Amino acid sequence: MTLTSETQSDTHGGPRPSAPGSPLPAAANRADGERPAAELEAVERIYRMGSEEVHALDGVTFQVMPGEYWSVMGASGSGKSTLLNVLGCLDRPTAGRYSLAGRDVNTLSDDELSELRSRKLGFIFQSYNLIPQLDVLENIMVPLFYQDDETEPGEERARALAARMGLADRLGHKPAELSGGQQQRVAIARSLVNDPELILADEATGNLDSQTAAEILDLFDELSREGKTIVFVTHESHVAERASHVLRMRDGRIDDVRIQRAAHTRAGGSS
Amino acid sequence: MIRNQFLRSIRTGINSLMLHKLRSMLTTLGVLFGTSSVIAMLAIGEGASYQAQEQIKLLGSQNVILRSVKPPDDPNQGNQQSRVLTYGVTDADLERIEQTFPGVRRVVPVRQLQQEVRYSDRTLNPRVLATRPLYQDVTGRLVWEGRFLTEQDELTLNNVCVLGTEVARYLFPLESALGKRVKVGGNYFVVVGTLAPRMPGGEQQQPAGPEVTGEVFIPYETARKRYGKLQVKLRAGSRDMEEVDLHEVIVEVEHAENVPLVADAAREMMDHFHRKRDYEVVVPLELLARAEETKRIFNIVLGSIAGISLLVGGIGIMNVMLATVTERTREIGIRRALGAKRRHIVTQFLVETVCLSVGGGLMGVALGLLIPWVVEVTADMMTIVTPTAPVLAFGISAGIGVLFGIYPAWRAANMDPVEALRHQ
Repeated sequence: MTLTSETQSDTHGGPRPSAPGSPLPAAANRADGERPAAELEAVERIYRMGSEEVHALDGVTFQVMPGEYWSVMGASGSGKSTLLNVLGCLDRPTAGRYSLAGRDVNTLSDDELSELRSRKLGFIFQSYNLIPQLDVLENIMVPLFYQDDETEPGEERARALAARMGLADRLGHKPAELSGGQQQRVAIARSLVNDPELILADEATGNLDSQTAAEILDLFDELSREGKTIVFVTHESHVAERASHVLRMRDGRIDDVRIQRAAHTRAGGSS
Repeated sequence: MIRNQFLRSIRTGINSLMLHKLRSMLTTLGVLFGTSSVIAMLAIGEGASYQAQEQIKLLGSQNVILRSVKPPDDPNQGNQQSRVLTYGVTDADLERIEQTFPGVRRVVPVRQLQQEVRYSDRTLNPRVLATRPLYQDVTGRLVWEGRFLTEQDELTLNNVCVLGTEVARYLFPLESALGKRVKVGGNYFVVVGTLAPRMPGGEQQQPAGPEVTGEVFIPYETARKRYGKLQVKLRAGSRDMEEVDLHEVIVEVEHAENVPLVADAAREMMDHFHRKRDYEVVVPLELLARAEETKRIFNIVLGSIAGISLLVGGIGIMNVMLATVTERTREIGIRRALGAKRRHIVTQFLVETVCLSVGGGLMGVALGLLIPWVVEVTADMMTIVTPTAPVLAFGISAGIGVLFGIYPAWRAANMDPVEALRHQ
């Protein structure tokens, strides 16, 4: 999938009137033949707590175009975790439509969702979530283990990614033997190993000291410059500043969408 | 590729188990002991029943044996200082069997004498059996050296004898017994032959002493002439005299299927002519059938015990695996998020369970093969490990792993990924 230079930063489909100066409707992109990486349409997620219904997501609509770097902000309880779960195909919307890489998640079986996760998504968590009994190389390769046809030379790819993350001499180490920053680098390498359509980061710098956090954020900037599509959930505004789009959640709704800069294209150009 | 995945899941499974070595070891113990006890118990049971069957077969499966039994003391007669007690199978019985029983091939009478056997300064009290040459054919005893008794010996009332292995070995530990003159009671007998041991491997029970339970065979007619029928037993304070025609009559039936008929006829006849129960009819074939039945029951009992112990082992494994699944909820969440399908999770935990139970099973087989060997060496018991026992025990233990692994694995696979990821 190659992007043309016309697909610029302002191609997001925030339908909420609150989005200031949202220029083009979503349809404009489709007219270009461009497919959104992720597309939500009036997505609702309702939990039942006893007799009470909790609307964790209440009609959320937006599109993430390839190469965009979205930052999702919001107070706790605003629905950003639920949004991330839905985006990550871990949770299904109660109502509305969510398409990832052009596939409607609601129509997919559990196995197909898993397949989708292993091919199209990269996860980066606050607490790294590496598997303790596997070494660095194996941890990076985990998403490949679960692809039904392992045809790629996955190990070389994993080694290359590890080298890029500065982990070349740590391949045989267990996660417990690494520092937090190194663990998060392993997690990032893991999220990249399947060349995902969408990278989801959940407070990825939350457990790191500011120095390391800055390094990790630089890494995200770098990935974004390469044209990776990123959705980064955070509550820190200095983290959100680096994104191309900032989405604010409140009470399960989109409160505000702000475009900070143009998105990078996959070709690697920057604005 | 599928093979790679499979090998990898086994390797990861073993790695995960190695993370908790002690726990994994303890978990396998249940299956280990279950498996080894199955094998060991079956081996010991098999050995014991084999021995019993061999002993019965020695009596001859085509034979019906009439034995004299000393009847219980008749209280009416009082306790006299000395009296002659007459009982047992009589010459008349022998004659009746020989002349009237159809389907009988050979009949061999045996008398047992209470005589001391002596050579130079060694004495012992074996069973001195007076019998006919046919005895050898009927019982299938093999000659080791020299010959057995012959018809000629009967006709000429020869003073010859044949020694059983134990007796020969006790009286002549270093030299050949052939041609030596042995004193039986008051008469000298020339040794013309020795017999082979009854059972291959049955020779180890040989306490070296006068209590040796050996046998000495002398010609039937010679014994009748030299010793008569009256036997005197000297006991502290009293003299018991017994008059017994025949101690044993071995009836060989022509066809094995007629054994029960002949046995019934013999019982009926003896019942008719003997008021007292001074005899018993032994049918090795019946004993054999009973031994088979006993063995079957034994196997069922052992099988149940072993099955229960394996069941307990399996439950132990399941218990640990359930705990493991809970403990690794987060890992399951991570793997699910990274694209693991339900079946991947099921495979992962099932492989771990099967590794535990198969590991336990393998060690159990090793231990189960060791125990019979130790028992054989230390307790002097015969054990037989049939090839099916380890295979069966191992198969069951592996099956237990799958059976008891399914539920924990299913639980793991059906966790909600979101919940699992949130788990601390």
